[in-house]
Amino acid sequence: MSEKAIEINNLKKVYGKSLHALKGISFSVEKGDFIALLGPNGAGKSTTIGIICSLVNKTSGEVKVFDHSIDSELEAAKRCLGLVPQEFNFSQFETPLQIVVNQAGYYGVPRKIALQRAEKYLKQLDLWDKKDTPSRTLSGGMKRRLMIARALIHEPKVLILDEPTAGVDIEIRRSMWEFLTELNEQGTTIVLTTHYLEEAEQLCRNVAIINHGEIIENTSIKDLISRLDIETFILDVDKLPSEFPNITDVEFRQRDESSLEIDVAKTVSFNRVFEWLSQHNIQVMSMRNKANRLEELFVRMTETQSN
Amino acid sequence: MYDKQSFIALQSIIIKEVTRYFRIWVQTLLPPAITMTLYFVIFGQLIGSRVGQMDGVSYMEYITPGIIMMSVITNSYSNVVSSFFSAKFQRSIEEMLVSPVPTLFILLGYVLGGVSRGLLTGIIVTIVAAQFVEINVNSWGILLVVVLLTSMLFATGGLVNAVFAKKFDDISIVPTFILTPLTYLGGVFYSIKLLPEFWQSVSLANPILYMVNAFRYGFLGFSDIEISTALGLILVFIVGLFSLAYYLLAKGIGIRS
Repeated sequence: MSEKAIEINNLKKVYGKSLHALKGISFSVEKGDFIALLGPNGAGKSTTIGIICSLVNKTSGEVKVFDHSIDSELEAAKRCLGLVPQEFNFSQFETPLQIVVNQAGYYGVPRKIALQRAEKYLKQLDLWDKKDTPSRTLSGGMKRRLMIARALIHEPKVLILDEPTAGVDIEIRRSMWEFLTELNEQGTTIVLTTHYLEEAEQLCRNVAIINHGEIIENTSIKDLISRLDIETFILDVDKLPSEFPNITDVEFRQRDESSLEIDVAKTVSFNRVFEWLSQHNIQVMSMRNKANRLEELFVRMTETQSN
Repeated sequence: MYDKQSFIALQSIIIKEVTRYFRIWVQTLLPPAITMTLYFVIFGQLIGSRVGQMDGVSYMEYITPGIIMMSVITNSYSNVVSSFFSAKFQRSIEEMLVSPVPTLFILLGYVLGGVSRGLLTGIIVTIVAAQFVEINVNSWGILLVVVLLTSMLFATGGLVNAVFAKKFDDISIVPTFILTPLTYLGGVFYSIKLLPEFWQSVSLANPILYMVNAFRYGFLGFSDIEISTALGLILVFIVGLFSLAYYLLAKGIGIRS
């Protein structure tokens, strides 16, 4: 049996007297996994992460990190975890070097080693030339990377990132993806929450979907996408057909003056669509998916649960 | 019980705290020097020369221990209250909450940071005082014990205030409306023997009176209060406030949802 990095059993959180943020969720994360925790705003993702990292007190349930219960072996559990929170939570007046070296100290890393690691991670995350700059003057992308460096300074076995690429430009996002993929390949278990489903599809092997404080799905990304029975494509064409064909499990719609929207069931070969277009002398200039596949599925699943 | 890593964490918190008040030394270390210089010039030299002697020493000599103690109290308190509240406000306190620093060491780190600023400003004010009056020490032991315990007590008080504070206004209420009046009424500038009997009894309810007088004993060898009573009372306050602060941090009140 493979080792569990995180095990959550029947975890509940009630804010005040009646706000049930988590309604007894259970799921686990395998060692070495790269898992996405998805869900709409207010679904309970940040509460779950907050409880795992001791920022939120749970109401009931059990959380274990590498078999260390947060109830009985909290310090051992904490040593395994690194957290990159959603909001900037460092002193705006300190420099990146002070922030990461102090953080290493809180984990008991001696100052000499902390300074060496700070250099390593700040260089890897392109922050070394800003090491002595007050952190309030850093750009949004730099601040996000600073929080990643800070979370890694004690070299945790599990890295939890709560929307790490929110508000970050595409170039920095891609470089962060590369960095995280490399980190995962080196053995770090990664839990990621994100609203960019393309990000989850690109990076993660597994996914847990949380909605209204309940886990509604916990499977592999591959399995999830295989459940998508219909895909919608947009075809830019040189002219529009006068009538639409009657092909089983394919539905044509006119999108605008030069493009068509086509729903195609997974069981149907796309060749049949092209054959028909070709017979009617219609040239396809370009073709693309209407929406991110995972996004479609995600919206469908969360809507179904809400209804 | 506490391993080497916990002590490294404690050291890190203290370094962070000391670096913080040195970074803003114009707001933290300079004002006490200027304010206390004014006290010595106005109360000590200008008014004090007309007051004459108090308990057998010049008025300037009489008020010196109280003025030093006043800066120790306000600086120990304000260091922790502003640093801890700022960490709460910016959420940088989460850096410690997610890490395995024992609660006791978070508390000790902040308190010792406050104590260090209290002592440093105490030294600065003593150097200022030495420009106006000859400093004689009656008992180094009592002097050090009293100043250490007092700064510890008020640093802990600052932390309790910061835990409950929800906005910046809340961290100035206690210093403005409680600490400053109690300090002024705590025998810094006068002996309570000068007061009518009723107000002497009322003054005895002021904890700062005990600290100022015990500190004065360390310098001048006399006090309105019995030294053992003063030390005992300070210790009781420390134990009470420290236990409360530990409980609040351990429960995560004001810092965990």
